[in-house]
Amino acid sequence: MRTTVAAELASRDARAQPAVTAFAAARLVLARDLKLAFRKRSQLVQPLAFFAIVTTLFPLGISPALSVLRPIAPGVLWAAALLSALLALELLFREDAQDGTLEQYAVCGRSLTWLLAAKTAAHWLLTGVPLALMAPLAAVALGAPGAALPGILASVALGTVALSLIGSIGAALTLGIRRSGALLSLLTLPLDIPVLIFGARATELAINGEAYGVPLQLLGAIAILGLTLAPLAAAAAVRINLE
Amino acid sequence: MTDFDLKGENVHLWRGDHHVLRGVRFQVRAGECLQLTGANGSGKTTLLRTACGLAYPEAGEISWCGQNIRQDLHAFHAQLAYLGHEPPLKAELSARENLRYWIGVRRPLARDEIEQALGRVGAEQWAERPVRTLSAGQKRRAALAGLTLMRVPLWLLDEPTTNLDTDGQKLVGALIDEHLKAGGVALAAAHHELALSEVQSLRRLELAVE
Repeated sequence: MRTTVAAELASRDARAQPAVTAFAAARLVLARDLKLAFRKRSQLVQPLAFFAIVTTLFPLGISPALSVLRPIAPGVLWAAALLSALLALELLFREDAQDGTLEQYAVCGRSLTWLLAAKTAAHWLLTGVPLALMAPLAAVALGAPGAALPGILASVALGTVALSLIGSIGAALTLGIRRSGALLSLLTLPLDIPVLIFGARATELAINGEAYGVPLQLLGAIAILGLTLAPLAAAAAVRINLE
Repeated sequence: MTDFDLKGENVHLWRGDHHVLRGVRFQVRAGECLQLTGANGSGKTTLLRTACGLAYPEAGEISWCGQNIRQDLHAFHAQLAYLGHEPPLKAELSARENLRYWIGVRRPLARDEIEQALGRVGAEQWAERPVRTLSAGQKRRAALAGLTLMRVPLWLLDEPTTNLDTDGQKLVGALIDEHLKAGGVALAAAHHELALSEVQSLRRLELAVE
């Protein structure tokens, strides 16, 4: 018994224990969020269904003629992608805040910034990637030529990275507010405008068969800026909301 | 080996106009448990959250092993386990999966350790069931398994016996006993008497409502 207690005593000093690196902890959070999402598939399908419905409504409401739809396709695709991404944002941190998981992250001795970055990465994998894969299909229905599809896929994939990162700040800021959807939209939509402009421009150039590298690079720059700052800002906002 | 020691000095904290913590002082040393008592709204949870660094006191300081916790909050957090009102478990995952993801963020976990912890709280029978199908008491037991897995010197517990039957309440007492015998420190907000075997290691701090 004495040996057990002595061993236990030594093991209680966390400084003597092998540490989990910030990256390994973040990877575990990512794996957990992906597993949870696949067990609650309805939340996965919602943004995709919304995107499909919005992009289908335009041909029905305006005209089925591809010559009419093609010029408006970039705007339709990007407005629908932006609103679909926004739809899933409210849930990004909410459940974790309600069940005490965020508190545990805040006091686990690991970087909250890394853990929230992992959660945002999971959000992008679950909403951004499916939207990027679906966007070329919707583009074809709106009259985009086959040659434009890689450009559309790349622009939506990069743009949704930026949208998820910007959205994570809004989701963290509105954590303590009930029915925060409207406020979240008001906070994040103005910040999303550059993504919408460059994303729609890249899509338009791809549809017209022109070089779309520059707007794509600008989207990448916004994504990198977001990657650098958004998790820090989200972590600070979560800490304030937990207080 | 460090002699662990948690100390609060003249801690003041306001919530809006409400002066919740009014110059609270306490000290808990290795092998001791301080039970926070007081009526609803007296600030027990607030004091626990302040002690673990989640809430910022407007005046006064909390120190751990002689050092203000704010000087290196990450290092302090690595030394503590905080269990709030709600067990931090995901409804769609099993108790076993929850422990793997919850504790795995803090330290590497072997499968055997999880099984041992689940066995310690009597959770073997239902460890594979989704948490949403468990009773409130079973969820609390799963959270207690997580607590034992953290292997940290400081336990901050908010109503650890809530929803537990008599055996469960004895289990909480036994776990705190083991923790204290191993040189740990515990600060627990509890309305009910904590069933510790060695009463001399238990002290009480009563907080009053303003």
